[in-house]
Amino acid sequence: MNPSGGLAKRIIPCLDVKDGRTVKGVNFVNLQDAGDPVELAWNYSNQGADELVFLDITATVERRKTIVELVKAVARQINIPFTIGGGINEILDADALLNAGADKISINSAAVRNPQLINQMAKAFGVQFVVVAIDTRLINKKNIVHLNGGRIPTALETIDWIKEAEDRGAGEILLTSMDHDGTKAGFDNQLLELVNKVVGIPVIASGGAGTAQHFVDVFTKTNIDAALAASVFHYGEILIPDLKEILYNKNIEVRL
Amino acid sequence: MIGIISYGAGNIFSLTSALLRLNIPYGIITNSSDFELYDRYIIPGVGHAGSAMDKLIKTGFVPIIKSLKKPTLGICVGMQLLTSFSEEGNSDLLSIFPIKTLKFTNSIGFKVPHTGWNRVYFDKGEKLFENIPAGSHFYFVHSYFIEYNNEYTLASANYNKKFSASIWKNNFYGVQFHPEKSGVYGEYLLTNFSKI
Repeated sequence: MNPSGGLAKRIIPCLDVKDGRTVKGVNFVNLQDAGDPVELAWNYSNQGADELVFLDITATVERRKTIVELVKAVARQINIPFTIGGGINEILDADALLNAGADKISINSAAVRNPQLINQMAKAFGVQFVVVAIDTRLINKKNIVHLNGGRIPTALETIDWIKEAEDRGAGEILLTSMDHDGTKAGFDNQLLELVNKVVGIPVIASGGAGTAQHFVDVFTKTNIDAALAASVFHYGEILIPDLKEILYNKNIEVRL
Repeated sequence: MIGIISYGAGNIFSLTSALLRLNIPYGIITNSSDFELYDRYIIPGVGHAGSAMDKLIKTGFVPIIKSLKKPTLGICVGMQLLTSFSEEGNSDLLSIFPIKTLKFTNSIGFKVPHTGWNRVYFDKGEKLFENIPAGSHFYFVHSYFIEYNNEYTLASANYNKKFSASIWKNNFYGVQFHPEKSGVYGEYLLTNFSKI
C-alpha cells in the first residue's frame, strides 16, 4: 500500500493580490491586473487545486480592511482550504482573518523580526493556523534566510530558523528557494529533503516549478508534503487536472 | 433547520458559508431555549479540546446536548467533545461515546498536525456518506485523533494507524475532517446530514 496511508500530496496555486485584485508580474515588477481573485480561486478549486495561498502585497493604509473583505468573499465561495500571507504583523491582523474564514495565515519577515509572534499566534489560534514562510538563498554555500522577497539577507541559517519556528509553534513551513524562484528549472530538492528530515511538521515546497516533471521530481526525490507554484498555473503552462493525472500515474498519492 | 451550537470555540464563517451555498437553512444557538427551534444540530469546534469543553460547560448546554434525540453532528474538535476523554489537556468530555481522543505521536514520515486530504473509508452503509465513493479524500487538520472502535467508527482513515474519521451512535454523528473545506464530497456530506 501507499506509504502515506492515503494522505495526498497537495498542489497549491499561489495568487498575488494587490488592492483586492490579482496581479501578475515578475518579482513584483511590471504588475498587471489579472482579474478577480475570487473568480480565479474558484476556477483553481474547480480544477482540483488542493489548497490556495493568497499573498497580499497591498501597501496602503486600507490594507487590513481590503484583505478581510477579500477573505470573506473567498470563504463564501470556495470549498477548499486557503492561507493568507503578507503584512501580518500582529495578533489582531490574524484574528480578523480567522473570523473572516481564513484557514491559515502565513508570517514571514514579521516572525524573523519578532520570533515571539509565532508563540503568540500558536497559543491564540492553534498551531494548525500558523504557517511560517521562509525565503532562502545560498550565500557562500550556506542557506541563509532572506527578507523582503529575498532581497535582504539575515544572519539566520535556514535550517536553524526552521527548527526554531517549529519549536515556537509553527504548524507548517512554506519554504521558497530564491535561487530557484523564477528559473522554471525545478524545485530545490536537495535543500527540501534536508529540511524535511529535520522537522516533524508539514513542509510546502516553493520556487522553481516549470514543468509537471518538476512536481514528479519533488515528490519522488523528497518526502515533502505539498508543492506551490504561481506563474505556471496563471499562464496555463500546467493545467492542474493534467498535473494530477501525471502524478497519479507515477504512483504519487493525489486527490483526483 | 440546523441549529449551530455557538459556544465560542473557533469561527464558523466557513461552515455557515457552505450551508448558504448549499441552500441548507440554519440558525445559531446561543441560548438553552433555542434548542427546541431546530430539528438537527451541529457542534463546530477548532483549537484546544480541553478549553473548548470548558467553554461549552460555561454555556450550560452540556445536559441538553447529552439528552438530544435529534440528529447531531460534531465537526473536528466538536466531534472530539462527544468522546469521554482527550489527551489534549487530559480533559474529561461529554462521554456520549465511551471512546478516547488521543495524540498523534511523531514518527518518521507521519507529520503532526496531520494536514491535508486523506482517503476515508466506510464499511457501514450509512446515510451520512450517501453518494460519496469509498476512498474519497477529505480535508483534515488535527493533532489529536479518535481511536478506531468496531462499534462506533462509521468511517476510518489511515495515518500511521487506522483512526476514526467519522463516528456514529444513535442520533449522534461526528467527523474529524472539515466537510465545509472538503470540496464537493464535503458538501454532499453536509447535504446528507441535513436530510437524516
